[in-house]
Amino acid sequence: MILLQVVVSGLLMGSVYALFSSGLTLIWGMMNVVNFAHGDFVMLAMYAAFFAFSLLHLGPVFFIPGAAALLFVLGVVVYLGLVRHIAKGPMLAQILGTFGLALVLRYAAFWAFTANFVSLPDNLVGGTFDIHGLRIEASRLLAGVLALVITISMHLVLTRTALGSRLLAVAEDRNAAMLMGIRPDRMQAIAWGIGAASTGVAGALIALFFYISPTVGESLSLIAFVVVCLGGFGSVPGALIAGLGIGVIEALSAYLIGAVYQDVVVYALFLGVLWVRPQGLMGTN
Amino acid sequence: MKHWPLAVIGFLFIAAWPLMVQDVFLQRVGALVLLAAISASAWNLLGGYAGQVSVGHAVYFGAGAYASLVVYTELGWPPIAGAPIGVLVSMGISALVGTPTFRLRGHYFSMATIAAAELFRILAANWPLLGAAVGLMGPPVPRSVWDLSFLSPVPYHYLFLGVLIVLLALTWQMQRSRMGYYLAAIRGGDRAARSLGVPVLRYKLYALLLSAGFTSIAGSLYAVMVGFIDPDSALGIVISVKLLIIAALGGAGTLFGPLIGAMILIPLEETTNAMFGGGGTGITFIVYGAIIVLVARFQPGGVAAFWDKITTRRVRHVP
Repeated sequence: MILLQVVVSGLLMGSVYALFSSGLTLIWGMMNVVNFAHGDFVMLAMYAAFFAFSLLHLGPVFFIPGAAALLFVLGVVVYLGLVRHIAKGPMLAQILGTFGLALVLRYAAFWAFTANFVSLPDNLVGGTFDIHGLRIEASRLLAGVLALVITISMHLVLTRTALGSRLLAVAEDRNAAMLMGIRPDRMQAIAWGIGAASTGVAGALIALFFYISPTVGESLSLIAFVVVCLGGFGSVPGALIAGLGIGVIEALSAYLIGAVYQDVVVYALFLGVLWVRPQGLMGTN
Repeated sequence: MKHWPLAVIGFLFIAAWPLMVQDVFLQRVGALVLLAAISASAWNLLGGYAGQVSVGHAVYFGAGAYASLVVYTELGWPPIAGAPIGVLVSMGISALVGTPTFRLRGHYFSMATIAAAELFRILAANWPLLGAAVGLMGPPVPRSVWDLSFLSPVPYHYLFLGVLIVLLALTWQMQRSRMGYYLAAIRGGDRAARSLGVPVLRYKLYALLLSAGFTSIAGSLYAVMVGFIDPDSALGIVISVKLLIIAALGGAGTLFGPLIGAMILIPLEETTNAMFGGGGTGITFIVYGAIIVLVARFQPGGVAAFWDKITTRRVRHVP
């Protein structure tokens, strides 16, 4: 029973991982640029949720879409101000650009919010469900289910709408898309916006049940990389499956080996998979 | 090398630095600049010349640092005797991490190196032999000259200068050899290099082994000089980032780039630390981050490329 409990909480967490990793995989698939600040975007969204509640007394109904909107704007600004210019440059510049951004965000958060952990009150989304002895906190259930729904909607938007087709067209062939009357720059800005908005929702959801600190982005970035590598670059369904899998593996290793080693297991698994399948578990090419 | 006279003047200046300044703080900054230049030049072998951007070099730095102090705490040897062990361990780790990741291109390699370094940091932070989260201490008082434990930074300055000159001479030699051309081809693109008959995987691995070995030596030298390490100061992601930033700011893939980068960033860092105390670390990294964003955005080649640009323009204007 405890094992089932662990697996369920792993799935709920994994669903949130899948959400923000989908944002990373979208950006990546669109323009082959990695956002090394992705986890730090999640961190910013967590703080946004925290301050929306503690300063403005806004509830989750407001701060979840609010964080998404805020991060959407940040994503577009980062694309227009930085990424657009470094995308054509040498690879070192691409890595340095978003990595430098990650450092600035992380340490500016240290400076502005101090290193102290903060958290939203436990009872913001209160209550615990008890299903035949399986206990699930309402906040985690809400986060997991909502993240799952949004990830699936993101996939549907990408595959079933005109916007999605335009985005994919730019990802496939920038020049050909341009000849079809699509503006690649605008599409890529939107992709960055959507990618960052996914971290906005995810961050606000995680903040419901997790502590908030400036450094939390570092391990979240790594988790997003692992999920994207395992799920195949640019694939939202891949990110969903890999995200759920990583959530479960993390929860199981925390339970069986110890919480300090949960990241070790994930990173080792990641390197192990790269060894066997460098293109990712579900990747082609 | 069109800048030989400048390089010679620069090295004479560096060699004379501890004699020119009597202030211990400034002498210490000089030694730290050289240590950073060694580490960043070592990173440059792989990240600059071969174009494989590692964000996990802390693992090799840490291997050297830990090897040095473990041989002291466990066997009572002088810390510097751990340096060869650190080099061996580093090469072992690089073979382990490099083999799978070198088949990946670009970003994937960078991400894999971060994961590998974090993995080792967490393991070291929970391993009692390595002092776990507390860290390890070197000899509190020198037992013999072999402990290389000096109060003044000046002996370290010349020790580091010697190592740096060896490393740069080796790099220069490599740059002009077959390996230098192979690495340049690899930097241009895996597939193109392979189609030219360059054994890509093998030469990437050679570059990584060299790079990891020298980074490990830098770690050992750090442990010998500072005499205290913990998981964050020897294996933290901050170390990897520092090497990367120093080399990139000066000019990745150039002989003197990392030294130039170290001469700019280390005095800056030491000054902010001295001004703001412990809280300065945060501000230092905001500045570091801002610098690399600006370098990436406006001058990806770093100071070296900038220098080339302004000197070339001057030549062009001569009637």
